[in-house]
Amino acid sequence: MTIQDIRNSLLKKEFSARELAQEYLVRIREKDQELHAFLNLAEKLALAQAREIDEKIAKGLDLPALGGVPCSVKDAILVEGVLCTAGSRMLENYVAPYDATVVQKIKKAGALIVGKTNMDEFGMGSSTENSAFGPTKNPHDPTRVAGGSSGGSAASVAAQECVISLGEDTGGSIRLPASFCGVVGLKPTYGAVSRHGIIAVASSLDQVGPMAKTVEDAETLFNVIRGRDPLDSTSVEINPKSEARNPKQIQNLKIGIPKEYFAEGLDPQVEKVILGAIQKLENAGAKIIEVSLPHSSYALADYYIINMSEISANLARYDGVRYGAAVPGENLLATYMRSRGEKLGAEVKRRIMLGTYALSAGYYDAYYAKAQKVRALLKKDFEEAFEKVDVVAGPVSPFLPFKIGEKVESPLAMYLVDIYTVTLNLAGLPGLSVPAGSAGGLPVGLQLIAPAFGEQTLFETGKAFETLIGTI
Amino acid sequence: MITKEEVQHIAKLARIELTEQEVEKFQKDLSEILDYFEILKKAHTSSIEEQPSSLRTENTARQDIPQKEKSQVIEKLISMAPQRERGYVKVHKIL
Repeated sequence: MTIQDIRNSLLKKEFSARELAQEYLVRIREKDQELHAFLNLAEKLALAQAREIDEKIAKGLDLPALGGVPCSVKDAILVEGVLCTAGSRMLENYVAPYDATVVQKIKKAGALIVGKTNMDEFGMGSSTENSAFGPTKNPHDPTRVAGGSSGGSAASVAAQECVISLGEDTGGSIRLPASFCGVVGLKPTYGAVSRHGIIAVASSLDQVGPMAKTVEDAETLFNVIRGRDPLDSTSVEINPKSEARNPKQIQNLKIGIPKEYFAEGLDPQVEKVILGAIQKLENAGAKIIEVSLPHSSYALADYYIINMSEISANLARYDGVRYGAAVPGENLLATYMRSRGEKLGAEVKRRIMLGTYALSAGYYDAYYAKAQKVRALLKKDFEEAFEKVDVVAGPVSPFLPFKIGEKVESPLAMYLVDIYTVTLNLAGLPGLSVPAGSAGGLPVGLQLIAPAFGEQTLFETGKAFETLIGTI
Repeated sequence: MITKEEVQHIAKLARIELTEQEVEKFQKDLSEILDYFEILKKAHTSSIEEQPSSLRTENTARQDIPQKEKSQVIEKLISMAPQRERGYVKVHKIL
């Protein structure tokens, strides 16, 4: 069911919001025995919200944009009164003291929050295997990963345990699981959506975004959550009159294909699906132009240096004193070290330590300062490409959803999964992952990239593409 | 390859207690990842300034006016601290 289907059925009184919420909660309990997309259900909240929607309908009042729509929320986003673990033992018992701005907005828009979804610990991972509470399985093949870090959100939408989900993307964490689970996911432009009430990972990269079955539903959710928030000084209002709000039709669209994204390392099965998708866009009248992003080979190393440096600072707050888990030691330093040593997982420790190293005296220039300069080059690559084209298209990941356990022993092998997604976060650009087909029964996502605040172009192109490949 | 002592030094800076096995595992992992980072040395960045202008952002500081918060919210926040006393967060003596 889509947002529109639910709206129509509620208004025709084919079912009530309460019945809908109950139906989805039953479905989650059933399917999640295998999938483990959810860490916590928010049954009371969902039913209370459903009651409000049913009252509105009974009184003949307007149904808000997400009225009665079952929605899951990544466990890095605060929902007042509900556990918020970020997939970590450190926050195992942490109950959110307030709502994130995006949660306030979806509540006001009438969404039914059914639960909090599984994720790699603090968003650090590409498979949800780094969750302290066990991995999420891919609904298309439960022996494989759902992608990460918003793997629970993607799987919950794919398995119809909810209709839409709020995810969070620092280097691909919305787009990759969307691709692996065959759903739509948008990483908005840096600043397009408020991050107040989000558990911070890397503050110059993090962005909250929508996940859904269709581009139209992702667009509806994006329009509910976007906009400036006084509580997040990096958030901005998108000018409704800007050119980007009036995108071109597919026949007039120039699509750039970065040659560096089709080089060595790309799984030929993924390449075939993506080239087929591009062919369909060309057949529909889009002009396909080869572009170059010459600094692409530096993107992954650059991303991880910046990501880890920011992580080492952001995660200093988990100290066994302020909130979260504590393992008391004989003095303050021992309390810090023991709490962090026992309650943080291996990948989190690796990144904090590497970030600490990169920022330490004597290494700062070689790592962090150098990475900031390369970041400017990567941004420039895209600016130059967008002088020639409206949209850049390519694969989301070089890989198909891999087997659970396949990459856990090698951090570097796991990092390579993100090679085509991280640059957008470094450059602050929006990216949409749309299902493009499958290989051996496993979904493959097409990544569409636009200039900053070009979300509308992505939605229009995405919707046209869905029609072309017959998902809609 | 970084040494075990270096791993322990970084862990201490990062305020993380590691077990012997972790030190060994992280010695290998950290070295491998740092080797991978070497690729950035090849990037020509001499034309880029110390603080790249394209990454420079404007400050958007708000007015520094204290805002009243409901006492229930304050209580809720304080109650999250692992150790508390009379409405305060309690920590070990450091002097």
